[in-house]
Amino acid sequence: MKTVNELKMTVDSKSVNEGFSRVAIGAFIACLDPDIEELNDVKTAVSEAVTNAIVHGYREKAGKIYITVSISDNNIVRIRIRDKGVGIEDIPKAMEPLFTTAGSERAGLGFAVMESFMDSVRVTSQLGRGTTVTLKKRIWGKNS
Amino acid sequence: MPVKIETQGKSIRACIQGDIDHHSAFMIRKAVDAEISRRRPRLLILDFGEVTFMDSSGIGLVMGRYKLMKGFGGEIRVENLSAGAYRVMRLAGLERLGEIKQKEIV
Repeated sequence: MKTVNELKMTVDSKSVNEGFSRVAIGAFIACLDPDIEELNDVKTAVSEAVTNAIVHGYREKAGKIYITVSISDNNIVRIRIRDKGVGIEDIPKAMEPLFTTAGSERAGLGFAVMESFMDSVRVTSQLGRGTTVTLKKRIWGKNS
Repeated sequence: MPVKIETQGKSIRACIQGDIDHHSAFMIRKAVDAEISRRRPRLLILDFGEVTFMDSSGIGLVMGRYKLMKGFGGEIRVENLSAGAYRVMRLAGLERLGEIKQKEIV
């Protein structure tokens, strides 16, 4: 498995960049000719991960979000979204559906959406150092 | 404005436009809630027909409005969901809270 194309970008932890990040990543993977559902799955998962970095990682304060997207020769898209925020104390708990620390307007389903829309979701975190979410999905494309 | 609000008798129809994410949900919520507290409708219809994208912020938006309406005995209906938005809503089990309808395929 060889990386054939890679995108690296850094965005400020501002909510306006949620839309920018998912659209930019959607455009980057367009070369794999994803169908509407695959494209929407990736954009939705990215939106969840970037929102988590802003709302939880940085607690809506200023920070940077580091995004790497790589496409491998077997059409697997790997998206790494990293923040240098507060970190997660208990990862399994944070990933439980309906668990949230952000109040009644957040459903606590961000990780559930990522897990349901991507092939794999991996989370690593260190308290006080930040969190990295790695999302993977094989794009079969319109011709599959 | 990301939402167009129409009053029809005892019901309010809120047509949401564009992307629903954590960034836009705040404005949508503010506009819809202001109208709910002003009119106290029996039914709130959230029309997703012009929604171009939705992540789990859409679930929070529906759940929050459901609680608000339920507080004074009102009901909620969600209409014209795209296939993608419908999948996100189903994931949250929102069909248990009210009527959730997909866009009709023409």
